[in-house]
Amino acid sequence: MKIEILGTGCAKCKALEEATKQAVAQSGIFAQIEKVEDIMKIMEYGVMSTPAIVIDGKVLNTGKTLSVTEIVELIKAH
Amino acid sequence: MWKESVDILIYEWLKMPQGEKLSDVLNFFIYDTVKILFLLTSIIFAVTILRSYFSTEKVRVYLSKKNEYTGNILAALFGIITPFCSCSAIPLFLGFLQARIPLGVTFSYLISAPLNNEIAIAMLLTMFGWKVAALYIGFGLLVAIMGGIIIGRMGLEKEILIEVKPIEGELSIDEQRIAFKTRLKDAYDYTLDILQKIWLYVLIGVGAGAFIHGYVPTEFITSIAGGNNPFAVPIATLVGIPMYSNAAGVMPLIEILTSKGMLMGTALSFMMAITALSLPEAMILKRIMSLKLIAIFFGTVTLGIMGVGYLFNAIL
Repeated sequence: MKIEILGTGCAKCKALEEATKQAVAQSGIFAQIEKVEDIMKIMEYGVMSTPAIVIDGKVLNTGKTLSVTEIVELIKAH
Repeated sequence: MWKESVDILIYEWLKMPQGEKLSDVLNFFIYDTVKILFLLTSIIFAVTILRSYFSTEKVRVYLSKKNEYTGNILAALFGIITPFCSCSAIPLFLGFLQARIPLGVTFSYLISAPLNNEIAIAMLLTMFGWKVAALYIGFGLLVAIMGGIIIGRMGLEKEILIEVKPIEGELSIDEQRIAFKTRLKDAYDYTLDILQKIWLYVLIGVGAGAFIHGYVPTEFITSIAGGNNPFAVPIATLVGIPMYSNAAGVMPLIEILTSKGMLMGTALSFMMAITALSLPEAMILKRIMSLKLIAIFFGTVTLGIMGVGYLFNAIL
């Protein structure tokens, strides 16, 4: 599983990245987390409000940070 | 009812003498702070729930199908109901251009969105009532629509420093289905987040307001910001530009200043300059557009805001 965090480096983006790391650790799955800061790459996903979370190429949430539990649920549902 | 409770607290429980400056100021401070924070919380919460039904992604799909002038008007209107944070100004700007939305229409949105942010609207409703809030929104829309049209007419597409590849074919988005319970929880979290950021500014603003209310003579304010000073509007606008993050603190001050003789048009210019133009946003936009375009953007909006101030002062 590949999880991407899209964001240009605002505080919310960092919070989402941290929460994602914890969520991955909690759910015990193997996942690669990548922070995408390049604006052109972010645009390719059609995302306009950062931060956004992308799992295996699918945009699952935009514009806000999520709690660790919410991310765990996203991972499980995937 | 709240007024009476504060009166009882100050004059009976604390036994402070009625009619004296200090008890007056304290009374005003407690009354205003609690009133503002309570109303602010309720309004931001309600607005956030409403806004969760609109996303910039949806707006983009909708706007990409409109022509220029209709686009300017709709973009300005959408600026009211969609959430906006200066940290997503770049993805938003490029995203609009990608969808082949004209530059002028994009600017109409970029002017309207921060101008009509939830804190400003909530503060205006709380402190000045719905009439002034409606005037602020109305004139704000006018500035956003006109500003966008003017910038669009100037042919500034080459001033964008990044090459934007238009999206091929029809735009569409997958609808995210969100339960109402989730929306409530999100709105709650968001409101709490905003309150944590602004409560201190509100306290400082109301504190300064209470001080002016009690100690600064009306004649002093009138002489600076009243009808006899023809430069009141430009000064208020220019002073307002660097104050972006303190909108919550400045509004209580403006309420006092207007009650002490500052003209409403001057006050409107001041408020709009605070919300619409922010230096941090200019720094962010510098990464994708030339200084010339940023200067034209700020210049157009500044002139528009000053125009609103003079117009309003002249009518009333």
